[in-house]
Amino acid sequence: MKALGIALHELWGLFVEDATLTIGTLICVALAAFVVPRLGIATQWRAPILFAAVVLMLLENVYRGARRT
Amino acid sequence: MSWLHSSTAFVAAFLASLVECVEALTIVLAVGTTRGWRSALLGAAASTIFLALLVALFGPALGRIPITTLQLIVGILLLLFGIRWLRKAILRAAGVISIHDEAKIYEKEKALMREAGTPARASFDTVAFIACFKAVSLEGLEVTFTVLAIGAGGSLLVASIGAALAAVLVILLGLALHRPLSRVPENTLKFIVGIMLTAFGIFWIGEGLRYPWPGEDLALIAMVVLLLLSSALGVRLARSRARVTELA
Repeated sequence: MKALGIALHELWGLFVEDATLTIGTLICVALAAFVVPRLGIATQWRAPILFAAVVLMLLENVYRGARRT
Repeated sequence: MSWLHSSTAFVAAFLASLVECVEALTIVLAVGTTRGWRSALLGAAASTIFLALLVALFGPALGRIPITTLQLIVGILLLLFGIRWLRKAILRAAGVISIHDEAKIYEKEKALMREAGTPARASFDTVAFIACFKAVSLEGLEVTFTVLAIGAGGSLLVASIGAALAAVLVILLGLALHRPLSRVPENTLKFIVGIMLTAFGIFWIGEGLRYPWPGEDLALIAMVVLLLLSSALGVRLARSRARVTELA
């Protein structure tokens, strides 16, 4: 049971290290999936908007991370 | 599947596997030299079998999931996985967090193994077995996930070949040198892999949402270049922010 707990913890750690980064990434995906189509943005712009959102979120996270450390 | 997509998948899987195999090799070498090779290699071999079973179990199941759903799920997981690497690589390059040092990890693991006591000669050493099983499983799990995720769009064979080649290369170098591969520019590799996995993740999410990418597969290359430039900006931002925090 303990080994399973450790394994699950390690598996979780593969994807989640900084909670704000994970939440920020998921928010970007959710915005691209649910909000962007409702704004009437043309389909050819939707994928680049997702990319731009992720990059901006990463830069903000790195900037904040450097301050925290 | 275009040659461009296949070659990107190959390079990403090769580099990701190279980094993880170097990390696993460091632990196996430290355990083997300190506590004996038999149990250390048995642990590594048992872990390899365990990972092969995982692939055999979950690999075929992936084929049953509708492609757009698979692309979306794999894309999100790959993005979470890759962006985590990229963030860490940016902060390391900026000097905010310490650089990954294989030689230091090797010495630390050796000290840990010595602390665990002297293994009984000619018998099975549980400490060495578990240490190697855990190390190879953890690093191998990352390789397995990367290969399955990158290959989910139809380039599984190419990605697997890339990962296998890297593993063979690291094992051969490890056998020849008998010491950790500290000269491998691991942090630079992690930077590149983080960028590639992040690009793949965003690409798959776009595909899963059925949003067209400008230039189709070429968008992957454009994303890699833009992520590289953004990461360079990230390093500068983090460096300046850390300096301001230090002065305050």
